[in-house]
Amino acid sequence: MDLATFFIQLLNALQYGLLLFLIASGLTLVFGIMGVINLAHGAFTMVGAYLAWSLAELTGSFWAALALGIPLTVLLGAAVEWLFVRRLYARDHLHQVLLTFGLILILEESRSLLFGDDVHAVAVPALLSGSLPLTDTLSYPVYRLALSGACLALALAMAWVIRATRVGMMVRAGASNREMAEALGIPIKWVQLGVFSTGIALAGLAGMMAAPVSSVYPGMGNQVLILCFVVVVIGGIGSVKGAFVAALLIGLVDTFGKVVTLEVAGVKLLPQLAGMSVYLLMAAVLLWRPEGLFGRRP
Amino acid sequence: MSAAVLAADNLARRFGGLAAVDGVSLAVAMGEVHAVIGPNGAGKSTLVNLLSGDLAPSGGCIVLDGRDVSRLGPARRSHLGLGRSYQKTNVFLPFTVFENCRLAAQSRLATSMRFLRPASSFAQVNEAAGRALEATGLEPRRHAVVATLSHGEQRHVEIAMALATRPRVLLLDEPLAGMGAEESAGIVALLRRLRPDHAIVLVEHDMDAVFALADTLTVMANGRVIASGPPATVREHPEVRRAYLGDESHA
Amino acid sequence: MTRLQWAAVAAGLALLAAMPWFADKFAVQFASKVLIFALFASSLNLLVGQAGLVSLGHAGFFGVAGYVLALASPEYDAAPLWSTLAMAVGVAALLALAIGALVVRTRGVYFLMATLAFGQMLFHLFHDGDFAGGSDGLQIFARPAGTLFGVALFDLEQYRHFHWVVLAACALVLVFLARLRASPFGRVLDGIRVNEHRMRALGFATVRYKLVAFVLAGALAGLAGYLSACQFGVVNPESLGWHQSGAVLLMVILGGMGSLTGPALGAAVWWGMELFFQGFTRHWQLPMGAVIVAVALFLPDGLAGLWRRVRPPRAVAAEASVREGAA
Repeated sequence: MDLATFFIQLLNALQYGLLLFLIASGLTLVFGIMGVINLAHGAFTMVGAYLAWSLAELTGSFWAALALGIPLTVLLGAAVEWLFVRRLYARDHLHQVLLTFGLILILEESRSLLFGDDVHAVAVPALLSGSLPLTDTLSYPVYRLALSGACLALALAMAWVIRATRVGMMVRAGASNREMAEALGIPIKWVQLGVFSTGIALAGLAGMMAAPVSSVYPGMGNQVLILCFVVVVIGGIGSVKGAFVAALLIGLVDTFGKVVTLEVAGVKLLPQLAGMSVYLLMAAVLLWRPEGLFGRRP
Repeated sequence: MSAAVLAADNLARRFGGLAAVDGVSLAVAMGEVHAVIGPNGAGKSTLVNLLSGDLAPSGGCIVLDGRDVSRLGPARRSHLGLGRSYQKTNVFLPFTVFENCRLAAQSRLATSMRFLRPASSFAQVNEAAGRALEATGLEPRRHAVVATLSHGEQRHVEIAMALATRPRVLLLDEPLAGMGAEESAGIVALLRRLRPDHAIVLVEHDMDAVFALADTLTVMANGRVIASGPPATVREHPEVRRAYLGDESHA
Repeated sequence: MTRLQWAAVAAGLALLAAMPWFADKFAVQFASKVLIFALFASSLNLLVGQAGLVSLGHAGFFGVAGYVLALASPEYDAAPLWSTLAMAVGVAALLALAIGALVVRTRGVYFLMATLAFGQMLFHLFHDGDFAGGSDGLQIFARPAGTLFGVALFDLEQYRHFHWVVLAACALVLVFLARLRASPFGRVLDGIRVNEHRMRALGFATVRYKLVAFVLAGALAGLAGYLSACQFGVVNPESLGWHQSGAVLLMVILGGMGSLTGPALGAAVWWGMELFFQGFTRHWQLPMGAVIVAVALFLPDGLAGLWRRVRPPRAVAAEASVREGAA
């Protein structure tokens, strides 16, 4: 691998990791703050991607699709919280597993009814359709760079909101002590509604933004969900910093795991292990620190 | 006085920058009650958790029967003869009183990797559980589900479970917490009966009980021992009067 | 279990055993499938209902056992039953030992996520690898031959024989699990579910017990997976994917985790629902999802809980003392 290829792969790894972080942060946020385990989180990414595709077809503009899609996912998240999730805050995680697994079936079938089961490509918006030349023969698509930038900006914005604003204060208060927060007059129900729909919106937005890069297909949500779980297991539960580090690690391992074929004494080591590299990383972390890289030790 | 069964030497535990327990040494012998008192936040519960193995020490060592157990987990220490009760009742609420004690006694089987024979058919386990119920006066409540018991009764279950493991060293973390006068007297009488065959470390706020029972008294404040010795001597210690007993008499 | 419940179970088993004489082939094969999944769900219930370990990767052991049979079967010829069965269950158990050693150190939702991820790792191994047919999976053209010392005991190619064998396996496992619940080991798992911390203070090396439970559950799931591969004659990556793991967990929760027969009930309801809704629409997962959501919202104790609501228990203490009791 020469330097330019390495550089391109590095950029790919970063873009992948940042996107993964955006989705996983929604999952961690909802779990860390509200104690809700949402198996349907990945399905909302799938919903976002299909929304981006259908709205772009409808309006002819990716930007219009984003502008319409974001409020739609927020509304969807709020509706799900208001109708279902709200009733399960005080219950066992098993009921949340049951509920959100049911939601996956409903979302997947609704998608099948509304949009069909085909794979679709979404065109890269004209504004970002160029490529940056790296060497004489190699170049890098602008859209991927913009995608990484947008993910990073969103991550920073999120950190700022949680750390430095009044809304963030309410969220943190609600996370550490629900009753105390209520006694202080924090409208906890609205905070929960807000956090849940934000988490869903992050998943949906990630799906929309990724659509031009990864194409849109049924079952894409499952893949995303499982990688998000791996991120949380590696990073440590409830830790946004951990999720960030773990997502980037996974981006690197997955990207380079596919490119680099291990050769020992001229024998190629099972190329099919590439798809497993991420899980092997997780196994290693579990062996070393069962509570994750940034998890609190029991 | 006979040799110490359980001894802590220069024990320390830090949480981040905070030293919850800082250079604490104490020893307790068979037939002795060693009481530990101190204001809230003095590090008493942390000390008990260090002695029982629920927490790993940041420094110092713990010796049980001449063996360094500092690095062993709670399960191993339990098998070496350490039994404990918790400040906040920590039992199996959905199980009956008897099942709580039976499960505790079952831990003394060579192994619980027995898959087919009914647990209720192990005679020596049932006997040990029964003895623990008798000792604590819980016999009449044998079939009651623990969740339905009063707070005082649950505190008794807490001690009965520790007894059912037939420990030689008992670590009791505020066994009288939240009890009425009558119930407290019952526990004090129980501890008197247990004293001859046990080495007891008693963390307690109830001064009457402490002075009624303690052979040795250790006073902690801010994670350190400020005085230790026979209760009558410690009582007169100026720093103790200032830091702790003084507060009590004003209150 | 009460005497009445045992009688109900015995009657149910008798009815199932008699099925081949009065029901048609489709119904019998459907019943066999439900029984296999009852076995699968019961194995998971050992973890979920008893030890409080919610695994979302249990299909891994189910699917791997099927793959072992497929890989061990000669092409177009029947494999020997006992040796391949032992191999399949053994591989599932070993795999459970390896994965369990890592995951039983974690807790709660963390355990759920870790098991899911490891299950998916197996999915990728079989999906991306070319040693077992890749994404298409493998076919088993002939069902294993049930001979013992040269004598043919039964012929699994006949759906009636297959049904009886499955029923026998199911009944044996049910009896084993019933004994296990009352055994010292079962009590330790109950204790771990209720209060693991206290169990450690009492001197139980809880991690070791959880690991043994994980391996036992994995081996039993392997048995179910072996039988399933026999019945359908095909194994594919989906059989060890997370949808399968989720489905079996749902069967356990649907049926009710507290009881021995709950998971079996859940399996019957699950496949019954699928059959029912498939009769109406290609999009049968939509109504199925709606039912699952409704159960999550309105039936916190599963269908077994519904039964308890119709017939409330005599006292709060009743169940617990019955469980203590067998005494």
